[in-house]
Amino acid sequence: MATAAVTAEREHYLNKEYGIRSWLLTTDHKRIALLYLMSITFFFFIGGFFALLIRLELLTPAGDLVQADTYNKLFTMHGQVMVFFFLIPSIPAVLGNFLVPMMIGAKDLAFPRINLLSWYLYVIAGVLYIHCLVTGGVDTGWTFYTPFSTAFSNTNVIEAGLSIFIAGFSSILTGLNFVVTIHRMRAPGMTWSRLPLFIWAHYATSIIQLLGTPVLAITLVLVVFERVFHLGIFDPTRGGDPLLFQHLFWFYSHPAVYIMILPSMGVVAEIVPCFSRKRIFGYNAVAMSSIAIAVFGFLVWAHHMFVAGISLYSALVFSILSYLVAVPSAIKVFNWTATMYKGSITFSTPMLYAFGFIGLFTMGGLTGLFLASLGINVHVTDTYFVIAHFHYIMVGGAVMGYLGGMHFWWPKISGRMYPEWLGKFAALIVFLGFNLTFFPQFILGYMGMPRRYWQYPPEFQVLNVLSTAGSTILAVGYVLPMVYFLWSMRYGKIADDNPWGAAGLEWKTASPPPTFNFEETPEVTWEAYNYDEIPAPAEVVVER
Amino acid sequence: MRFRLRRRWWLSDSPITAEQHGPELRHHFATVEQQRDAASLGMWLFLATEIMFFGGMFCAYLIYRMWYFNEFAAGSRSLNLKWGTINTIVLICSSLTVALGVRAAQMGKRKLLVILLVLTIVFGFAFLGIKGIEWYDKYKEHHIPGASFNADDIVQDYPQIHIDQRHEQIYFSLYFAMTGLHALHMIIGVGIFAFLLYYAWKGRYTPGYYTPIELGGLYWHFVDIVWIYLFPLLYLIDRKPLR
Repeated sequence: MATAAVTAEREHYLNKEYGIRSWLLTTDHKRIALLYLMSITFFFFIGGFFALLIRLELLTPAGDLVQADTYNKLFTMHGQVMVFFFLIPSIPAVLGNFLVPMMIGAKDLAFPRINLLSWYLYVIAGVLYIHCLVTGGVDTGWTFYTPFSTAFSNTNVIEAGLSIFIAGFSSILTGLNFVVTIHRMRAPGMTWSRLPLFIWAHYATSIIQLLGTPVLAITLVLVVFERVFHLGIFDPTRGGDPLLFQHLFWFYSHPAVYIMILPSMGVVAEIVPCFSRKRIFGYNAVAMSSIAIAVFGFLVWAHHMFVAGISLYSALVFSILSYLVAVPSAIKVFNWTATMYKGSITFSTPMLYAFGFIGLFTMGGLTGLFLASLGINVHVTDTYFVIAHFHYIMVGGAVMGYLGGMHFWWPKISGRMYPEWLGKFAALIVFLGFNLTFFPQFILGYMGMPRRYWQYPPEFQVLNVLSTAGSTILAVGYVLPMVYFLWSMRYGKIADDNPWGAAGLEWKTASPPPTFNFEETPEVTWEAYNYDEIPAPAEVVVER
Repeated sequence: MRFRLRRRWWLSDSPITAEQHGPELRHHFATVEQQRDAASLGMWLFLATEIMFFGGMFCAYLIYRMWYFNEFAAGSRSLNLKWGTINTIVLICSSLTVALGVRAAQMGKRKLLVILLVLTIVFGFAFLGIKGIEWYDKYKEHHIPGASFNADDIVQDYPQIHIDQRHEQIYFSLYFAMTGLHALHMIIGVGIFAFLLYYAWKGRYTPGYYTPIELGGLYWHFVDIVWIYLFPLLYLIDRKPLR
């Protein structure tokens, strides 16, 4: 396989057709994945720009860079852009779109046109949100808490709400497509117990998208109705209940965290066996833990509301249920670690990101247990401890997994290798920059610095300066991959069909794949991750 | 080139009869059965998301009905039971015509299918018209939530129980939100059936290919069932005469 040279004449999904129409009207899941890649990258840098402004403001204790109102808008729009326009679609819509059909041996997703529709919905939502940004923005916090969002805020709440409503439909359609595809489109011999764990993770993610997102949709519709028609469902002065809003909102928005992290776990479960040259340890446990996380994820939402006035009894129940999520999460971490035990490990770029994921996710998860316990929660709620915790999950977890996956499958997507040393360097920068940015925030939060303030007492300054310094390093780490990925599309070494010697059907076809993925429908006769049967490539990570 | 033709079958008037696959098989499916199963599963999943969508409002309804029962019962009595019942019957009839329509499509009876689809659309418009009449009555009574909301008439009707106008407004908020979103689904349903009617008229559906009729029918039945829940929850909360 190492000698299978790719000739320039071979037809594949990138060179089959040219021109803007062939992209904007495509129904090829691989091209749609690239459309998504471009759009979410755009939003990632918008969200990152807001984050840098926030960090710059917090460089000094005084509120000197921006006004208080502007600061409110900055953290709101940072959160909404990152959550709804980057993290939720990130791995499912890019890597999932590209890989789900290929991994199960299908020619395309079950509904290719609905797949394209989902991208258009995303773009419509994105344009609406950009319009909302440039015409004054929104300042409710990404959570749209009532009654502030319905009765007091004078910003573009309606437009932001509608745009996220539309983005939600895009997410639902992606999830629906994946579930049907995984159920109905598997190649002969691809049984459920032979599915790659990436597929299991996406299956669990899709279930959450299907069952959770509609609840957010109706909640946002009610918020918009309340602003437009003055309904009063969430307004306490009219007999409504703001807590009801919080219940409905977090019923989606807590599982939404698992929409972000589960696909990353799927990516790590692909990378770790490949670069340890071993079958995954405890396949069934890892697969089922994805489903368990999806199920438990729906039963923990009220831990966001411990100080909001829910009864002590229900707080107790939700606290216990929140602890339960740690069990399937720990199963995954232990199984990845056990997979590496006595494996022959290669420290390639994707593996570095997987290591980063495991470490940072463990920290994020363990601090989640702090927050799930009622006593500590009261102390650190709405402080930077919470901020640090969920950034360890969403950035340290989800984004590390996303970048790891992008590096792992980039040869398949583009047909080119990225520069390995630069990849490792960027992975290191991301890891260092991330920890420098967010670890001080744990301490700040524990010392009592509240979130969402644009000023703070001078004694917090040293840690805030550290955090801001880290964020600039992190920014470099994020720009680098984009630069060398673009560079590699033209100048990178031509990639083999299977440069890593990886298991999985996607590596059994050409790089880049032909439009229908496989020359003929594959028939699966082997178990997943059969690394004992696959020779390691001689020069897996050597510069070529 | 042949492949391109098949991918764009929706642009041509008559169904492409693909040489090697059979009718209406799209390129990425292996068999017609697989394609039909996929479409059907997709529709069921979509209906699951719809249940969750309406579920948020049912949840809100449940809580406020427990808290503000008097206001909910009084508001419920102010609705027009006659129109509500007629609308329920209209929708049940429309579900019957849809079910018979699927059967007609299965048996390849094109004319019957067209008639049944027309009937369904007529029932759909009848429902929306009656709903419009009811909403207009509520508008005249100042029962639409907002600045001009006024439930003095309801308060005066029940001097023996305490009715808080703000809580009455919550009942009507939920009434309009739930029936409004249901009506929106009805309008979409009528649009879908107009689309199906056009292609049924053209003779696209055969005993070998009637999936769109089946899926459109599933959607219609779902919207119907939502109303079957909305009717008792909104109209029949407590119809016993007050002493």
